[in-house]
Amino acid sequence: MIRVQNLVKKFGEFNAVKDISFEVQKGEIFAFLGPNGAGKTTTIKMLTTLLTPTSGKIELDGLDPTHHRNEARQRFGIVFQDPSLDGEQTAYENMELHAVLYKVPRKLRAERIQRLLSLFELWDRKDDLVKTYSGGMKRRLEIARGFLHTPKILFLDEPTLGLDPQTRNQLWTHVKHLNETEQVTVFLTTHYMDEADRVAQRIAIIDHGGIVAQGTPQELKQQTNSDSLEQAFLALTGSTIRDEAATSTDQMRQVAKMWGNRR
Amino acid sequence: MSAIYILWLRELKRYVRSKAQIIASLGQPVMYLLALGFGLGPVFQKAGNGSYLQFVAPGVISMTILFSSVFSGIAMLWDRQFGFLKETLVAPVPRIEIMLGRTLGGATVAVIQGCLILVVCLIAGFRPAHLSSLPLAFLFMALIALVFAALGTAFGSIIQDMQGFQLIMNFMVMPIFFLSGALFPLTNLPKVLAVITRLDPLTYGVDALRGALIGASHFSLLWNLSLLSVIAVAFLSLGAYFFSRIQL
Repeated sequence: MIRVQNLVKKFGEFNAVKDISFEVQKGEIFAFLGPNGAGKTTTIKMLTTLLTPTSGKIELDGLDPTHHRNEARQRFGIVFQDPSLDGEQTAYENMELHAVLYKVPRKLRAERIQRLLSLFELWDRKDDLVKTYSGGMKRRLEIARGFLHTPKILFLDEPTLGLDPQTRNQLWTHVKHLNETEQVTVFLTTHYMDEADRVAQRIAIIDHGGIVAQGTPQELKQQTNSDSLEQAFLALTGSTIRDEAATSTDQMRQVAKMWGNRR
Repeated sequence: MSAIYILWLRELKRYVRSKAQIIASLGQPVMYLLALGFGLGPVFQKAGNGSYLQFVAPGVISMTILFSSVFSGIAMLWDRQFGFLKETLVAPVPRIEIMLGRTLGGATVAVIQGCLILVVCLIAGFRPAHLSSLPLAFLFMALIALVFAALGTAFGSIIQDMQGFQLIMNFMVMPIFFLSGALFPLTNLPKVLAVITRLDPLTYGVDALRGALIGASHFSLLWNLSLLSVIAVAFLSLGAYFFSRIQL
């Protein structure tokens, strides 16, 4: 369903993604893990047409997203790391707008919106403005919206960041349920290793822009002689904290942006 | 087409829902109208130019449309910050449709604001020369709105933070307003000012609106109409270009 070959992304001198390759099968839940600044979000941005790769090949359902942008976009849904809802509209209106943008046939729209909002337990609050929602409700709405146009692939970029264990748990139950009933391939990133262990069938670990290991959670644990995925992750990526380096490059990018270098 | 419509509708919904903002944004033009209209009225009359309220009302309506339409484009900053812009940019819809939906929505809101101020003007004592020319006035109001909503979209696509917003307001929008002939007649201006006013797109909008509402314009209406249309097309292309280059 997703095939990535020798993908590279450079920001000026900085190599954000260095020659990575991987494949995700249809109907699979695939976790993409890595420390901060490892290149996860950059990779997702390239997969979802928001960034153009410097070199390498991407195939989504047989389509190259850099050339068939809109056809590719029609085939995937995405939940971003940070929220992307319209707070000034109600949940229902947010869903409706998405349905129109993704050309969900009018007849299906109402039915599908109701089904998803009910599944994510938002139907009672459907006519409230989204800005009055709690963080967990917003996340649920975003994920429900991601499924609305029956995508073949759903990208989830740290969807559970900042949520309590109850909400996280429930979210993954729903995602798994829809993965099974609608055969949606799920590509996710998270910092919670227990989640990845529980939900994902296969995992790739990325660090410093390159993939350092791939396999089932079981294989990764065996490979590193660890009993938990967290240990395996630390064994593979080391225990140094990368935060600072990452933010300073971010800051640089911010300054560059401010001065009009929009790259 | 439906993408343009739903994004246009969103702009309208946001407008109708923010009642406090509607009132707040009408405050400034009303103040200009009352303070200048009545305050400068006697001087203007003594200079032999007739009623200043009659003269300034089209200017204040244009100002309302200018502020409202540029602001709607810059409001993209909030959508960028709160993330909604991303939702529309990854949708399988050509960017030009998204840009048009937003821009037309902003322009429509600006025309509504202009109409509200027109009503305030009527209450304050402003009288249009012929009621039959009102449709023509609406056409010009729509053109002004389109020109500056497109410019607003271009600005909104470029700037990334609140500082940029201040910069645009103080160095673009305010000069466009003050140098447009909204507040003073275009005749007998000092040379430099005469040249600058003629470079300001709003000049032709104000002039056309004045022609339609009180029957007195500096340029011919046909000239204003064609020039504004050309500028509208140019700014829409500019807005579309910058909008297409947004990277997140």
